[in-house]
Amino acid sequence: MTAADAVAGAEAVRIDGLHKSFGTNEVLKGIDLTVDTHEVVCLIGASGSGKSTLLRCVNLLEPINSGRISLWGQDVTAPGIDPNLVRRQVGIVFQSFNLFPHMTVLRNVTLAPMKVRRVPRAQAEEEARALLGRFGLADKEADFPDRLSGGQQQRVAIVRALAMKPQLMLLDEVTSALDPELVAEVLDVIKELAAAGMTMVIATHEMGFAKDIARRVCFLEEGRIIEDAPPGELFTSPKDERTQRFLRRIVDAGRL
Amino acid sequence: MALSGSPPPGSPGGPPLASAGNQPPGSFARSGRGARLLGGRSGPVISTVSTLVVLGVLVAIFLLAPGAHSVEHLFLSPQHMWQSFIGDPAAGYYSVGAAIWLNIRMFIVAEILILVLALLIALVRQSVHSALFPIRILATGYVDFFRGVPLILVIFAIGLGVPALSLPVVSSQSNAVYGVTALVLSYSAYVSEVYRAGLNSVHQSQVAAAWSLGLPHRHALRYVILPQAVRNIVPPLLNDFISLQKDTALVGVLGTIEANKAAEIYSEQVFNFSSFTVAAILFLILTIPLARFTDRLIERDRRRRLAGAAS
Repeated sequence: MTAADAVAGAEAVRIDGLHKSFGTNEVLKGIDLTVDTHEVVCLIGASGSGKSTLLRCVNLLEPINSGRISLWGQDVTAPGIDPNLVRRQVGIVFQSFNLFPHMTVLRNVTLAPMKVRRVPRAQAEEEARALLGRFGLADKEADFPDRLSGGQQQRVAIVRALAMKPQLMLLDEVTSALDPELVAEVLDVIKELAAAGMTMVIATHEMGFAKDIARRVCFLEEGRIIEDAPPGELFTSPKDERTQRFLRRIVDAGRL
Repeated sequence: MALSGSPPPGSPGGPPLASAGNQPPGSFARSGRGARLLGGRSGPVISTVSTLVVLGVLVAIFLLAPGAHSVEHLFLSPQHMWQSFIGDPAAGYYSVGAAIWLNIRMFIVAEILILVLALLIALVRQSVHSALFPIRILATGYVDFFRGVPLILVIFAIGLGVPALSLPVVSSQSNAVYGVTALVLSYSAYVSEVYRAGLNSVHQSQVAAAWSLGLPHRHALRYVILPQAVRNIVPPLLNDFISLQKDTALVGVLGTIEANKAAEIYSEQVFNFSSFTVAAILFLILTIPLARFTDRLIERDRRRRLAGAAS
């Protein structure tokens, strides 16, 4: 039984008063956010608004200054928490893929299951092949990452995270580094995950995608969540003036 | 038009871009001698000819030098070279050819120990855990010290100092062991810096990716960071090891009969330096294959990653 099953339908993520600074630069200025199990929440906002940092904090890749992050009811920012145990349950996919360049696709995917979950090699490879096949990468398992297109690399990165059977996926602008014609193949993968009930927090610049997939959209500006609403509301009748201004710029740029 | 500047010569008036299209671009081919010299097929011929010319000039300078004959006799005498190579204990000198085996053995043992010790030093210096602070200071001091002290002094210090301590076991080793110890101490300081550069060359995002999968840091190091770091530092590492192969000759100052010492003894007995030429040739025979092997390793790794799996 997994942690998520134990509290199905309940809060997967709860963030209270999260502050995070890099030196004197305060990037997150008191974030409060909850994400229910099976819910998809999109974070939108300009570059530097704190979306990526927020995701990295949830995965404990960044130490926080104050506040609290709870996953499935357990405070993971408390002392004595093993970050490795948390990260097993929380997959993250980065903007720049970050595949291991010295390993084949298959090895990229099987490394963590074998070393962390201690799955035997044969089983890990079988699971990896099933996942790769599901996302149209069946014939790529023996390739090294730099032989793949950006879209393929990003799909491998998603598969690599999924191979740990996470209960929560954090996607950090996963299409921002892709050529426009490769964006769709990655977004399709994410849609499939959402349809399968994966809990996800997605930082994105793809407003159309956020509109389609998210149950809630959060607009961040200067380290604060300015507005948190269902996409139908946030995109059509944003309440806050700053949200309106941001969306107007997006529309002017032809991206919505 | 304000931004386009003056029209190119030969296109009076009109928009510059349109008129440029009307002009033939002319030939891009190089004319004159350069055209033939750069031609792809004649490349090997040219390089052979130029090599022969350079070699010929060097040989001519040597042969025309006033002392050419005596140098040839003292350094390049085939008879002395052969005699020093096979050695003759009865005549009071050792075989340089046999002595080189000691250099090879010292090199191999030292290299393995250096690779391990240097990695440990580099990892300690790269660690961030505050509990490791004292060891980190120690490692930094170690590197500063052994990079600053000439290797030959370290060899003397170990080779003369440790036996003088009269400790059991430690003080009764052969000079070759002390020499290897000194080589390991000195070279580990250098090689740890090479490792450190390699570790730093792996992007932080790779570490984040490894951590994000729940890999403990020791696994991230072993499977993600170190393999990439080592790939990046193969050339400088091998460079240091070619250096190390040669520096095994310094252990001779302790009286150990390695190739250089054997050559020295020959020259003192027979008053001919051709034995040193033999030692030099033997060292070259050792180091050149290592250099070529490095090149092949790098090339193979590059091809493998670019070509994907050929299997």
